[in-house]
Amino acid sequence: MAIAEDTVKTGPLRESIGMPRLHKVIFLVLLGLALLLPYGVYPVFAMKVMCFALFAYAFNLLLGFGGLLSFGHAAYFGGASYVAAHAAKVWGLTPELSILAGTVAAALLGLVIGALSIRRQGIYFAMVTLAFAQMVYFFALQVPFTGGEDGIQSVPRGDLFGLISLRSNMALYYFVLAITFGGILLIYRIVHSPFGQVLKAIRENEPRAISLGYQVNRYKLIVFTLSAALAGLAGATKSQVFQLASLTDVHWAMSGEVVLMTLLGGMGTVFGPIVGAAVIVTMQNYLATFGAWVTVIQGAIFVISVLLFREGIVGVISKWLKRPL
Amino acid sequence: MIRNILIGTALATLAMNPALAQEINVKLGVLNDRSGVYADLSGEGSVIAAQMAVEDFKAADKGMKVEIISADHQNKPDIGSSIARKWYDEEGVNAILDVPTSSVALAVADITAEKNGVLINSGAGSTELTQGQCKPTTIHWTYDTAALANGTGKALTDAGGKKWFFITADYAFGQSLQENTAKVVEASGGEVVGNVDAPFPTTDFSSYLLQAQGSGADVIGLANAGGDTVNAIKQASEFGITQAGQKLAALLFFITDVQALGAQTAQGLSLTSAFYWDRNDATREWSKRFMERHGAEPTMVQAGVYSGTLQYLKAVEALGSAEDGKAVAAKMKESPFDDPLFGKGSIRGDGRAIHDMYLYEVKTPAESTGEWDLYKEVATISGEDAFLPMLEECDFTKQ
Repeated sequence: MAIAEDTVKTGPLRESIGMPRLHKVIFLVLLGLALLLPYGVYPVFAMKVMCFALFAYAFNLLLGFGGLLSFGHAAYFGGASYVAAHAAKVWGLTPELSILAGTVAAALLGLVIGALSIRRQGIYFAMVTLAFAQMVYFFALQVPFTGGEDGIQSVPRGDLFGLISLRSNMALYYFVLAITFGGILLIYRIVHSPFGQVLKAIRENEPRAISLGYQVNRYKLIVFTLSAALAGLAGATKSQVFQLASLTDVHWAMSGEVVLMTLLGGMGTVFGPIVGAAVIVTMQNYLATFGAWVTVIQGAIFVISVLLFREGIVGVISKWLKRPL
Repeated sequence: MIRNILIGTALATLAMNPALAQEINVKLGVLNDRSGVYADLSGEGSVIAAQMAVEDFKAADKGMKVEIISADHQNKPDIGSSIARKWYDEEGVNAILDVPTSSVALAVADITAEKNGVLINSGAGSTELTQGQCKPTTIHWTYDTAALANGTGKALTDAGGKKWFFITADYAFGQSLQENTAKVVEASGGEVVGNVDAPFPTTDFSSYLLQAQGSGADVIGLANAGGDTVNAIKQASEFGITQAGQKLAALLFFITDVQALGAQTAQGLSLTSAFYWDRNDATREWSKRFMERHGAEPTMVQAGVYSGTLQYLKAVEALGSAEDGKAVAAKMKESPFDDPLFGKGSIRGDGRAIHDMYLYEVKTPAESTGEWDLYKEVATISGEDAFLPMLEECDFTKQ
């Protein structure tokens, strides 16, 4: 009886393992839009949206599907951006190797911090991750290679695989698009794999998952590390786009921003984080001329979204359509 | 883009024939903090200062059409750099003004060089702008941390403050500020009797201040900025440190901070500034007009935006075009300036504007006649003494 109820709640199993047609269509439409986007909007802005979309998506993997609220994701995002910027500028690595270096660094950091913080749950877990992120921030502030509050500046854009120049915004845009889309599809695959099903089971009822014989902590650590690595991928890519790495990316406010993006877009939905990131980054960018009002408007929108549509933008649409999005 | 090139070529052709000179289009972008900690010392005031420069230059009468736009970089380098890129790529901005916060300023300096614009920096203090990361298109107008350290360190030591104790913010900026000042103090015959690193940010400075008080130093140097300095000064006032004979020196502090603290709390504080509204008739006249529009006296950053814009417009007028940023910057460096606010000076090959700096002491409440009557001049530091020497590889006039 209980098992039957669970199946009803999470929808038919067949649908969650293969990609439902609706999702396929949306992904294709998104890809089509993204391919045409740089002709309509400013490419650097579009790249920024994509980096944050991937960041929010990686965060959503942990929060929406793993049920773990980390309040220190800036550590992986910013940490990877420092490593990638340093690799490209000082070691002279090509962009794809720099990004890889940043991602690996973030994964290792995630593995260590994850192993220590998953021992606690709920608010304690959030606080432990925040504490570690603050340590990373302090490290970035103090060590010489990060350049303190000046950050690492004038990171060269370099040549992809040593062949294709990424100096033009357009070339870089399609490179970033490939990374972001690849990352997002990877996360989609992870979520809809048997591993993802176990994650959801743990999120819904941890004691039951343990009683079924799952090594819950091992699953949590893997998803934490994956999420950190993908957040790192986003941060490393961002450092190549903006040619800089700075304290902004490791600051706790960045950890807060990604929570905001995920919640606004729709926690635990497939397309929510992308929408959330696009909304927040667009606001920061296009409202910059309003000065002090940017933060006020951002706050007001957050309050409205929490009061009126707690499931987030995509969550509400999904409810209307009665289909998971 | 093609249109810009066409206009550029058209203007270049016209410039060769002054009789035919037509309207020169200039677009200036004021990029600064409009919502955070630097909003008071730069913010909207800098936009007003830039507008006043355009009006005082009588740009319209000279056939120049100058447009000013502004944005908030929220002190984040990625936001600042995307705005700067967009301004150059899509809005046709010719020069970016102000840009406080070193990390944002360095990012914008990079993009400006790439896009051949001009960055006239007034708000940021990093010496890197004209030293390690110098660019042919960067002009650094108002101050830098070396000038502040030189001003306060040298002038105070010469005035008898031989023994120094530093309270230093424990990060790169604080450490370098302390190091620079300590060098100057020792070169002027003073000694550093001790220092203490305070974590950044700190709200309770009492234990550091007691240590400084007990050190027997003549001068307590505050190698920190913003909120940290304000907190330290407030607590020093509670301990009566300046009244007991020790001098308190803020190494990076602005008149808006002093005004917010009030003469009662900040009295006796020593600080270096490039500009004070009540210094002479010219600064008073300009500041009065600024006050009418902004409701506050100008800071040195806002004054620097005014003067930098004025110099920029002169160079554009002489060239007849604002399209080639490198040429405009080179033109600005060509002849010395005599500025109503900053006096006589010149722009060095590396883009560093050389002008006098002043050491001020905050008046006591009895001396102060109004909420903005805050400083008395103690010493003048000549431009040659104040700023760091130019690096050979940064002398763009020779390249």
